[in-house]
Amino acid sequence: MAIEIDLLKSVPYFLGLSTAELEAIKQHVFEQSAQRNDMILLEEEASQAVYFVVSGVVKVFKTSVEGKEQILCIVKAGESFNDIAVFDGGPNPASVIAMTPVVLYGITKTDMETILRKHPNLATNVIKILSKKVRHFVSLVEDLSFRHVTDRLAKLLLEYATDHGRISEGEGQRPRLTQQEMAAMVGTAREVVGRSLKALEEEGAIRMDRHRIVVVNKKLLQEMSGVTGG
Amino acid sequence: MLVKPLLHEALCNGCGLCLTVCECGALVLVRNVIKIIEVESCGYCTECELVCPTGAIECPFEIVIEDSIEITIEE
Repeated sequence: MAIEIDLLKSVPYFLGLSTAELEAIKQHVFEQSAQRNDMILLEEEASQAVYFVVSGVVKVFKTSVEGKEQILCIVKAGESFNDIAVFDGGPNPASVIAMTPVVLYGITKTDMETILRKHPNLATNVIKILSKKVRHFVSLVEDLSFRHVTDRLAKLLLEYATDHGRISEGEGQRPRLTQQEMAAMVGTAREVVGRSLKALEEEGAIRMDRHRIVVVNKKLLQEMSGVTGG
Repeated sequence: MLVKPLLHEALCNGCGLCLTVCECGALVLVRNVIKIIEVESCGYCTECELVCPTGAIECPFEIVIEDSIEITIEE
């Protein structure tokens, strides 16, 4: 399938670039598709490319030697992953798996270097994106270090209800999380997530509606997670 | 349409543990592979997912705010 300029324009990496510049960059972009649960990248393998999610959702995660999974982030349409490996030349820092059917655009490390040389103003976008990612990981370290599991889960539910829980989004754009995945995101065991969900339901913050977790008291979740406003 | 647990048949080893915890009788083993036969009676308790040793069953949740559910009903 042909690479679409309009889709490239919606990627934060390429914000502010002219159509002519995007046409030139397009020559370096390849497309890749994956089905739910397809492995896209393996941790510690040699880095091949930076990827942009065109549609669908992927998860970026680390696995311990005991097989415990820690999800680092969920990447949705317009966002990128494996940037670090492309820029520092190291191996893939984490594994990536498709949570839904996905379409990705990719640019190899060599091609990205060429693009940055030819379009230096793109570097400003890259710095902004990498800074945002650092901020995300600082927040993750804070959560894992200082917050209780139920509070971390409250924050996760709040983020997902706000970021993804809109009916106007297509089904494939709205990630569905298993309790195992929630556990891997908040750094605990699956069983603890089950208990924490029950606790949140008993406190009146959420309602379990079969396959849906319905946020019924956003303010309470905000208080628990230390998030203000909204 | 009622959402049901996701089955990855290729991963199922036919151990039948999920059958032992399923209280609503929604699951059945057919030729040593798990199937969902009674979707209507599945209460999405996620016990089958919890006990599955191979990850063949997944029960993913949508996370939504109450307002957006009302929008769905109106639509």
